[in-house]
Amino acid sequence: MAGIVVIAEALNGTLNEVSLELLSKGRELATSLGQPLIAVLAGEGLDALAPPLQSADRVVLLDDPALGKFTPDAHEQAIAAVIAPMEPRLVMIGNTTAGMDLAAGLAARLHWPLAAYCTGVRMEASDLIGVAQLYGGKLFAEVELGSQSVIISVIPGSFPAVAPGGTGVIERAAVPAGKSRTRFKELIALEAADVDIKKAQALVSVGRGIGGPENLDIVQDLARAIGAEVAASRPVVDSGWLPKARQVGKSGLTVKPKLYFAVGISGAPEHLQGMKDAEFIVAVNTDAAAPIFEVAHLGIVADALEFVPALTERVRAGA
Amino acid sequence: MNLLVPLKLVPDLVEELTLNEAGTDLDRDALIYKLNEFDDQALEEALVLKETTGATVTAIALDAPEIDQVLFTALAKGADRAVKVTGDFEPGIDNHTAAQVLAGAVRGQQVDLVLCGVQAPDDLDGQLGVLLAGALGWPHVSVVSGIEPDSAAGVVRCHQEYAGGSMALLETELPAVLGVQAARQPPRYAAVSTIRKVMKEKQLEEVAATPGEVVASKLQVRRLFKPESRAHARMLEGDVTRQVEDLVAALNERGVLKVGV
Repeated sequence: MAGIVVIAEALNGTLNEVSLELLSKGRELATSLGQPLIAVLAGEGLDALAPPLQSADRVVLLDDPALGKFTPDAHEQAIAAVIAPMEPRLVMIGNTTAGMDLAAGLAARLHWPLAAYCTGVRMEASDLIGVAQLYGGKLFAEVELGSQSVIISVIPGSFPAVAPGGTGVIERAAVPAGKSRTRFKELIALEAADVDIKKAQALVSVGRGIGGPENLDIVQDLARAIGAEVAASRPVVDSGWLPKARQVGKSGLTVKPKLYFAVGISGAPEHLQGMKDAEFIVAVNTDAAAPIFEVAHLGIVADALEFVPALTERVRAGA
Repeated sequence: MNLLVPLKLVPDLVEELTLNEAGTDLDRDALIYKLNEFDDQALEEALVLKETTGATVTAIALDAPEIDQVLFTALAKGADRAVKVTGDFEPGIDNHTAAQVLAGAVRGQQVDLVLCGVQAPDDLDGQLGVLLAGALGWPHVSVVSGIEPDSAAGVVRCHQEYAGGSMALLETELPAVLGVQAARQPPRYAAVSTIRKVMKEKQLEEVAATPGEVVASKLQVRRLFKPESRAHARMLEGDVTRQVEDLVAALNERGVLKVGV
């Protein structure tokens, strides 16, 4: 049982930042255990993507046309075949879309335990301890990961990224000829939109706390009054109140405006991931215990339907 | 085309979550439960597919307090069948165990496609759908929307959504398990009167959990704890007028907003 394995991710020819975050934590654990750090990357045409991972002692490439696009079936088969014989102490995977499939899929295939949504992992004497975020970020669980091979999926942004590059050995592993039952057909880009919320200096972002689409007016009024664009959390977009191009969060866009005004957004971890680095965050919510107040600079416990129009009126009135 | 939708109750996150005495789990007697919101999305997508393709929809759940209400509600919304898997399940059962119990029940049914909610707020040991696929040996795709089954070709096409708003169109052989992110329309409601009517007219089907080798998650929760707020927001007190004034002052001070200057 030896080694820390990081499953790196490069979905569309670019390395996901979370891979470098996992390598920084992986190095810390590998050093304290006196074990090697191994990066595994699956894809096609990986020559240019391997060097940034060389802070690992070994970079194992699964380079094959069958892995050129992500499908859970093919990637799991290939990765399982290469990491099973390693019998690593710990496998770290980013909690991205692909990571969700891979982490639980590999756990099921290899019969290794999995701790999902981790934000931390550390050694305590010889015990490996994970910290996982649960219940929409309202609670954390400290979990004993045991002494067998174990997988954790890690929320992006949990660790600082390691500088790309190093002197690790790059190896190519054989990709077993397997049949993927899932096939990639095409990549669909985000629909062109009338607005790029990533470029906005100020965003008024709306969550389902405003009740229904009939209340969007009050948010749009505020946005106009302060010169901001309107953004939204996932449930608002899924409900069809606002287009996908305005969605902030894990499955939407990551924004860093000067002002982020969260209206009726409870602050699920997936949302916080997309806006926590905004310069100044103001949150209005009826629930004083909402996780959004953990990242906000200013918090207001109020009914948005009452507070927002009052603020708009005050802004319009001026001094 | 037979669709199966597993449903699960999860703690209502709007309510205060209190811990048990040992601090290792929630105080489950004090909890208020609700249907996992992503399961509701999966059920809605299944019901839309029933309407557009004539698929059959079966809702399934492991026995738990208040689960009858959830299953009758699914029937009231339009599910064709509702199956309750009976057995001695601990509250807060882990997903590894739940997946194996469900896999046993699925083997006894004619199922082409399982639609699960993509995640739940308590899946510490991995997402149920992926673990269920693993237990059945079926392919799986997570974070999907826009599901289009093609029973003639024996496949299902769906969109897998990625960060940044792009998505892939994937095609998966049936049978398969999909983790639904969002239905194509907001989940429907069932009127209380409709649910009452269904409770009188229809019955839940019960199947006993097949005893088998259960590979539990093997994770030991040492403690649950609330996040230590590294930098909790400064809360603006008082009535709305006061809060508005304080906010405007704070924004002006930071130079974020120019009001009355």
